[in-house]
Amino acid sequence: MNDPLAKIKPWFQGVSLFWPVLGLGLLLIFNAVFSPSFFHLEIRDGHLYGTLVDILNQGSKVMLLAIGMTLVIATGGVDLSVGSLMAIAGAVAAMLVMKISFAMAVAISLGLATVAGTCNGLLIGYAGIQPIIATLILMVAGRGLAMLLTGGQIITFEHPSFVFLGNGHFLGLPFTVTIVAIVLCFTLVATRKTAIGLFLESVGDNEKAARYCGINAALVKVMVYAYSGLCAGIAGLIATSNIKAADSSRVGEFMELDAIFAVVVGGTPLTGGRFSLVGSVIGALLIQTLTITMYNLGVAPAVSPVPKAIVIVAVCLMQSARFRAQILGWFGKRRIAA
Amino acid sequence: MYEGFFSGRVITNLFADNAALGIAAVVMTLVILSGGIDLSVGSMLGFTTILIAVLVQQKGMHPLSAIAIALGIGTVFGAFMGFLIHRYDLPPFLVTLGGMFLARGMAFVISKESLGIENAFYNHMADFGIPLGGKAALSATALIYLLLFALGIVVTHFTPFGRNIYALGGSEPSARLMGVPIGSTKIAVYALSGFGAALAGAVSTFYTTSGNPTTGGGFELDVIASVVIGGTLLTGGVGTQLGTLAGVLIFGTIHSALDFDGRLNSYWLRIAIGGLLLIFILFQRFLTRTSALTR
Repeated sequence: MNDPLAKIKPWFQGVSLFWPVLGLGLLLIFNAVFSPSFFHLEIRDGHLYGTLVDILNQGSKVMLLAIGMTLVIATGGVDLSVGSLMAIAGAVAAMLVMKISFAMAVAISLGLATVAGTCNGLLIGYAGIQPIIATLILMVAGRGLAMLLTGGQIITFEHPSFVFLGNGHFLGLPFTVTIVAIVLCFTLVATRKTAIGLFLESVGDNEKAARYCGINAALVKVMVYAYSGLCAGIAGLIATSNIKAADSSRVGEFMELDAIFAVVVGGTPLTGGRFSLVGSVIGALLIQTLTITMYNLGVAPAVSPVPKAIVIVAVCLMQSARFRAQILGWFGKRRIAA
Repeated sequence: MYEGFFSGRVITNLFADNAALGIAAVVMTLVILSGGIDLSVGSMLGFTTILIAVLVQQKGMHPLSAIAIALGIGTVFGAFMGFLIHRYDLPPFLVTLGGMFLARGMAFVISKESLGIENAFYNHMADFGIPLGGKAALSATALIYLLLFALGIVVTHFTPFGRNIYALGGSEPSARLMGVPIGSTKIAVYALSGFGAALAGAVSTFYTTSGNPTTGGGFELDVIASVVIGGTLLTGGVGTQLGTLAGVLIFGTIHSALDFDGRLNSYWLRIAIGGLLLIFILFQRFLTRTSALTR
């Protein structure tokens, strides 16, 4: 332990929750200082209200997408189609919910999203197409299909259960929080308490080696893209329920980028391998907090991509071995000088 | 199917209407050939249009100097992204994603609303056309596209720089061992991409005589789709400028056909593009089955 850097070095290496938590913490402290009402919570009609609750509620869609995206990125892929799948699921559910039972409408729309995700997986796993391109196809065509379904119109609906999905409260918190918690717990158990997580990491780390070990890499890929599709479907239902209408041309637009961003900020490298679901959820919360901070500061929503861009590049640099070496080099020199 | 589709006018319009797409596709071909990707071109296009509009309308600058400034900013912006990608070994996807957000945000910092350009030079450019007989005439935007395309062919296929790009995209470690200047090639490719995006922005101001910070949303995907339809492999190292031209024209023709039909809506365009992408990629995949593309 002669190396004075030994203590900080681990923070710079591997998947660690340190950076996303630090980022989120800094943002929260910043808000606490500059907008005192930020941490204000109050109970009205038995429901909790406040900015923090808003972050959880509005961040739910990106959190859901990020959970599915984490698994995809863990296998070394990426899923660009989630925004379009949200639009498809929302459009289908909005059209069916007035005609058939709510449960059936939800099942059919989520089923469709899962099938579409499976198609991505088949193209990537079995046809060997690059993930960016395979999912780009569905991203472009999927939104077209969603608009075709709704005839390019915004479809509105009145259905108490469906509206509850995105606007209701459960245990004093928005119901969306419960949905995210359930999906997160299920995914955590599925990946950490079974061998699936190990399969994902080995496929992402070295596909060839994984295949030689007897892991069906193609099947693993199909599964993660199908799951990503399912998560996107749930997020689409929430987004549609939020505004009580299916707006196929707008819903989920650019959300795939937010989701990828959340995953990367959360410490899962785009190259695949190790992943952190909790990190991705924290990353999603960080984005939402950033957005709400911008609103609080009175920055125009249109300008808000700028800080996002800065965070992306900063996070990329943090993950770069060369950049870390450079920074550590500076620290080292200073230590020696002192 | 449609009468008058194959008139000279439609053909020249194909080039004029898709000039911005085509210009961006020429440079995107270089980026993809080098094994990278640039997601920032759409935002850069939007940024350029509003920058030029503000410089010309509000600062009273001559359009040519405004365009020169915009091209300079685009080049520096692209070079900086290339620097980050090369120096710190970052994934191009993420860096240019950051660039995409940054350029879009900066566009709105310049102006939140679209701005029309009223300028003698612009009117002159709009009227400009080389008559080709009949009703067909080559407009200024089409001319810029064709010039850049010719330049693209020379650079890509007949210069050492072009060969370096192919080598880099084929295999970076091998290229390094062969003595290809990896760093300068990569940075130059992204700088060119920034330049191309800015030029596409300038051309689209000629086309619309206005600047709008929201233009170019999803444009990068159209560009990438055109390049891929044109046969360039996203893994890098394989593809031609001529293929990209075909990709752009296919893209443009679908557009025109939908315009001619009138019954079909824009969402059919998306479905058609998606379907075409699928067919072309499966076809490519089938052709390159034997080569080990899977990493």
